Amino acid sequence: MSKLGNIGARLYRGEVGYDFIGKRKIWYAVSILITITAIVGLGVRGLNMGIEFSGGAVFTTPKTSVSSTQAQHQAEAASGGHAATVQKLGNGGLRIQISELDTKESVPVQEKLAKDLNVPVEDVNTQLVGPSWGEEIANKAWLGLGIFMILVVIYLAIAFEWRMALAALIALIHDLTITVGVYALVGFEVTPGTVIGLLTILGYSLYDTVVVFDSLKEASRGITKQSRYTYGEIANRSINSTLVRSINTTVVALLPVAGLLFVGGGFLGAGMLNDISLALFVGLAAGAYSSIFIATPLVADFKEREPQMKALARRVRAKRASAAAKNDSQGSAEGAAESGEEPQDDAPAAAGSSAAGPRSQPASRTRGRGRPSGKRR
Amino acid sequence: MAAPNKGRRSPAAQSRPGRALVLILVVIAALVGGMFYSGTMTPRLGIDLAGGTSFTLEAQNQPGKPNAINETNMKTAAGIIERRVNGLGVSEAEVQTQGTNHIIVNIPKGTDAKQARQQVGTTAQLGFRTVLTAAAGAKTPTPGASESPKAGSGEKEKQGGDSASATPSAGPTTQGRAVSDALKKDDAPSPSGKPTGSPSAPPVQQPPAGADIPAALQKKLAALDCSTKESRSAAAEQAARAKPSDSIVSCEDDGKTKYALGPVKVEGTDVDDAKASFDQQGGQGWLVQMNFTSAGGKKFADVTGDIATKTPPQNQFAITLDGEVVSAPQVSSAIAGGNAQITGGFTQQTAEDLANMLSYGALPLSFKIADETTVTAALGGEQLNAGLIAGAIGLALVVIYLIAYYRGLSLVALASLVVSAVLTYTIMTLLGPAIGFALNLPAVCGAIVAIGITADSFIVYFERIRDEIREGRTLRPSVERAWPRARRTILVSDFVSFLAAAVLFIVTVGKVQGFAFTLGLTTLLDVVVVFFFTKPLMTLLAKRKFFYSGHPWSGLDPTRLGAKPPLRRGRRTSAPIETKEA
Repeated sequence: MSKLGNIGARLYRGEVGYDFIGKRKIWYAVSILITITAIVGLGVRGLNMGIEFSGGAVFTTPKTSVSSTQAQHQAEAASGGHAATVQKLGNGGLRIQISELDTKESVPVQEKLAKDLNVPVEDVNTQLVGPSWGEEIANKAWLGLGIFMILVVIYLAIAFEWRMALAALIALIHDLTITVGVYALVGFEVTPGTVIGLLTILGYSLYDTVVVFDSLKEASRGITKQSRYTYGEIANRSINSTLVRSINTTVVALLPVAGLLFVGGGFLGAGMLNDISLALFVGLAAGAYSSIFIATPLVADFKEREPQMKALARRVRAKRASAAAKNDSQGSAEGAAESGEEPQDDAPAAAGSSAAGPRSQPASRTRGRGRPSGKRR
Repeated sequence: MAAPNKGRRSPAAQSRPGRALVLILVVIAALVGGMFYSGTMTPRLGIDLAGGTSFTLEAQNQPGKPNAINETNMKTAAGIIERRVNGLGVSEAEVQTQGTNHIIVNIPKGTDAKQARQQVGTTAQLGFRTVLTAAAGAKTPTPGASESPKAGSGEKEKQGGDSASATPSAGPTTQGRAVSDALKKDDAPSPSGKPTGSPSAPPVQQPPAGADIPAALQKKLAALDCSTKESRSAAAEQAARAKPSDSIVSCEDDGKTKYALGPVKVEGTDVDDAKASFDQQGGQGWLVQMNFTSAGGKKFADVTGDIATKTPPQNQFAITLDGEVVSAPQVSSAIAGGNAQITGGFTQQTAEDLANMLSYGALPLSFKIADETTVTAALGGEQLNAGLIAGAIGLALVVIYLIAYYRGLSLVALASLVVSAVLTYTIMTLLGPAIGFALNLPAVCGAIVAIGITADSFIVYFERIRDEIREGRTLRPSVERAWPRARRTILVSDFVSFLAAAVLFIVTVGKVQGFAFTLGLTTLLDVVVVFFFTKPLMTLLAKRKFFYSGHPWSGLDPTRLGAKPPLRRGRRTSAPIETKEA
């Protein structure tokens, strides 16, 4: 554990780190690949909508001794694998709802059910039911989603800036697409629980992105007043310095959901829990991933196009070139330390604690703590 | 909240940590006490977890509208019923169509079934009709309603009291007959020239144009019996079936007056919004305030302007609800402004119910409750148990992870989680009886995810503290310096979650709304817990030797965290604790 602690400290000082920004193209490619797979999966397999959305058949039986759990298994078997919900009625009968059955298909199911449940077939009342999650709920949900997206983009544009708002939105759409795609590929039934799960992810994905952006905003304050690091490098360092937090949060959020998915769903065979926890698990993982690998690099990409940042990058290059020239003349190998974002081996970093020292105090960190600007490095 | 870094927190949270802790403990004690007091110890569970009552509604055939029972109308009706029974959207009722002419309504256990029955069974067909004539239906001479909203009491006609039934009369039925007889004989009245102030013959409200009222209608009015509840509801049912363009006879809902009414001038669909309010000044008790759509408001102004010039009782209009006259105010001038109110014998409950129904609109069909039965949970106990076991395993893993990583600090984390859990549980429990909040399985899962969001707040804070220690500071300055920065992050990110919750709650209906409520609640609680529990506790613990000395098990050991050699430590620590806004 002490090793972990060390890594935290070294991540914080920028001694170690992963070059998220430098390797962003790889991760963009990975994400695009996953997203395309998800979209193809969605297009080819489609979503398996539950009875709440598509309606189905409802069978009402007279009093029977069969338990509702047994009846559920029998109903699912009788219908050829469609999901069934079973409720016991006040008079001891059962109400069995099976999704995606039409009038014609429901007749053999009715007969089979009657046989399984040991009741006369003519006493089983069969009717088609409409969706309980009606169009109105769906339409209003879309409307709400639209309004929320607009407001959140406005909010992020004010609290941060429009580039971050745009990146956060892209990351959000990325997460939702992946989750929906996984649903299509796995073939789980989409229930209201799934939709609720998706909405939870919507909140979480943005939340996580905002936490990372907040650190980025802080790290990049006054960035144009220095010429040691480019925006991309500062962004990279800010990701690395919040990496411990990101990992911890993701672990803490994912563990209970993983419990629900693998223990609850896997071993205990709970139906609806599976639907929800799969959506949550995929979504939370995607949300944490996209904040780091997609959203922040995107912001860096957008920012690097600004004239100011281009100028900064030129200054940084010029400074480094002159420093390298000086170092070359001295024959020193310390130049390695200057490429701030490269994952470094311990050797050059340890080469001088004085070299590592300033890096733990990038200009931006020192600034904003009341130090007069004159003392800026 | 949008600019969290601007506002400095009240010093209570910073300099008086004890106070904040006591405050939150008092709040918890109050909530737990409230829970015991109200006697509900567990949150109300949704129908998927606890079962409930199921109504089967059967659409009634209506003469004259042979094709009324169709898919579109059934869907519309299901949507309206859904909103009626779901109220705030947190009660988790389910509504679906079944077959061609049934609607199933499932309400979770513990919902007031009587109220639900009323909500689902009432058509709420609202209409504003002109009064052709009125007759006393009872002995007591009070009109059901008297006053129009805009026509202030000053404008109210002086003899308003004697408009409809302010007349001493004999029995209700004979009275009715007397009226109609009088009307029949009154072939050539000269009412138009009659000054409005002149008292008319006591039992008869002289219609200005008796010839306008068809004989058939007069006969119907004569036959109408408003004396008993049964006869009234039969009459209402009949009246409700009439087409809006037809004239009808109808009883006032208290049975004291009966009316012959003209066609519907303004319909319930013209009402945009309605709410119940209590009339303080006028002493009319509870009333329902309606806002019309712009078209409805214009129609209403036209019709009131039209009848204002007429003589009683034709200067009245009747507000009918499902064939019954709820109130029949007099009008003395055109009512513009697009709103009106219904008065008359409401309790708070009935006023709110009516406002609720008017806001959501009338059902396109009338329904009869064909069946009412209890249903068990759709998911069964095993699902909930499986979920709880799995959730517990997951939580245990979280605890192990936190202890392993944060060591002593995990005490703070775990205590915060416990406080957050207790607050969530008690509030959800208390909201059950208060606003009909019901917890369904998705909400339980959402609450589990909320653990992650809550934990994130203090993970952010802890990491900030550790960063400060790595800078070479000692614990107490670190705790204070880390706070403003962590606070901003927490507020900015929680605001996004809260925004999502607020927008979804306002815009959506049904289960989505219920979800939004849960999300908003947990987000708010997250902020409360971090501000009033985690931070003060951290401040207090920073004074303990175990923590400030950096005990290896405190999770704050400077050497373990890789703090820099204390080059500048002396200077930094001696510096005053400046909690700069980050």
